[in-house]
Amino acid sequence: MQNFDFVKPASVAEAVAALGTSGAQALSGGQTLIGSMKQNLAAPAVLVSLTGIAALKGVSVSGGVMSIGAATPHAEVAKASGFPGLSSLAGGIGDPAVRARGTIGGSLANNDPAACYPSAVLACGATVVTNRREIAADDYFQGMFTTALEDGEIITAVRFPIPERAAYAKFEQPASRFSLTGVFVAKYGAKVRVAVTGASNDGVFRWTDGEDALQASYDPAAVKGLKVSPDGLIADLHGTPAYRANLVAVMTARAVAAS
Amino acid sequence: MKVSLTVNGKPMSGEVEGRTLLSTFLRETLSLTGTHIGCDTSQCGACTVHVDGAQVKSCTVFALDVQGSSVTTIEGMANTDGSLGRIQQAFQDHHGLQCGFCTPGMVMASAALLAVNPTPTEAEVRHHLEGNICRCTGYHNIVKAVMAASDAIPAE
Repeated sequence: MQNFDFVKPASVAEAVAALGTSGAQALSGGQTLIGSMKQNLAAPAVLVSLTGIAALKGVSVSGGVMSIGAATPHAEVAKASGFPGLSSLAGGIGDPAVRARGTIGGSLANNDPAACYPSAVLACGATVVTNRREIAADDYFQGMFTTALEDGEIITAVRFPIPERAAYAKFEQPASRFSLTGVFVAKYGAKVRVAVTGASNDGVFRWTDGEDALQASYDPAAVKGLKVSPDGLIADLHGTPAYRANLVAVMTARAVAAS
Repeated sequence: MKVSLTVNGKPMSGEVEGRTLLSTFLRETLSLTGTHIGCDTSQCGACTVHVDGAQVKSCTVFALDVQGSSVTTIEGMANTDGSLGRIQQAFQDHHGLQCGFCTPGMVMASAALLAVNPTPTEAEVRHHLEGNICRCTGYHNIVKAVMAASDAIPAE
C-alpha cells in the first residue's frame, strides 16, 4: 500500500478543509476502502478519517423519522429501536467485525452495487444529508459506485421516514456476505416501494412492477410469477442475469412475508 | 507519527506510518505475534482483536485511527497466573482447533459474543463466527467449545 498522510479531524468543518488538499480522500470505517488501498485501487495522498467526529455518530427517532449519523457503525443501527426492518438489515451486513467498523455514510458514499444499505435508503425514500444540502434518495444513486456527491461533500446523516411495514431479504454470496440479490420492501399506507440491490449493473433500482402488484395486494403471492427482465443485470461466477432476475421476485416475496 | 494505545491493560506506543495497519503494529512493533495474518483481505478473521471492547479485524484498521484506544489481543486472554482463560481452555477441551492458525481470531470473536450474550444459542454462535474462517475443524468443535465456555445450559 502506498503511504499517505493521516489526519483525524474532530469537526465536519475541519474535515471539509482537510479534504480540500490535493489527493485527499475521506475514510469512514474503511471496510471497503482499506482493502481497495491494499490492491492499489485507491491511493490517496491524504486520508481524512471521519470516525473521530462526534456529531456524525448516533441514532435518534423523532416524529416518525429515524436519523442516523453518517459515521454510525452498522452494529449501532442493528441495536437501535424504532425501525426493526432497518436494524435487521444492519445486523446482517458482513460479519460482526465489519459491523463494528463499517458505517452507513461510508456504504452510501461508496455505493457498491451489492451493498445492503442503498436498498433501504431507496425503498424508504430517505434523505441523504450532507455538509452542503439534502439529497432525496431518488436523486442520490446514479449508477454503480456513482452518487450525487460532489468533491469535498461529506454525508453527515441519513433520515428515514419509518414505514408502517418493512423488511429486507437478502440472498447472500456466502463468502463475502454481500447480496447476490437483496430486496427492501417499505409500505407507507397504500404506497409500497421495492428497492433491489446486488442485481443490476446500474446499482440499486426500484422494481416498479413489484410495487404496483403489492399496492394492489400486499401479499407475498402478489409478486409470484411476475417476470423481471434480465437485461442489464449482473453476470458473474456467482449467478447469471436470469438467476438474479428470478431472485428479485423471490426475495421480494420473502421480504413481504417478513415485514 | 507516534501511536499510543493501551494493549492488554498496558500503555504501549511506537512510531508508525499513515499506512501502518493495527495488525502490523501489534505484530512487528509490539512483537505480539499471537494476532495472525491469514488473508490480509478482511475475510478470514485470524487477525481479530478487540478495540474498546468491539471486535475488529486488525488488518483492516489503521493504527493511527485507533489512537488512544484500549486494545485486547489473544495475549490478553490468559488468566493472570498464565493458565488458559475460560474460552481458550474450552477450545482445548473440545478439540476446537487442529492447526491452530485461526484460533486466536476464533477466541477473540467468541469472547466478544459472550461479553454481550453470555447464554447464546448454537445458531447465534454460528452467526457470530461468520467472519472467522477455519479450514481444519469443520466448525462443529469450535461451536461446542464456545457453548461450553458460555453460561448456556447444555442441551440434552
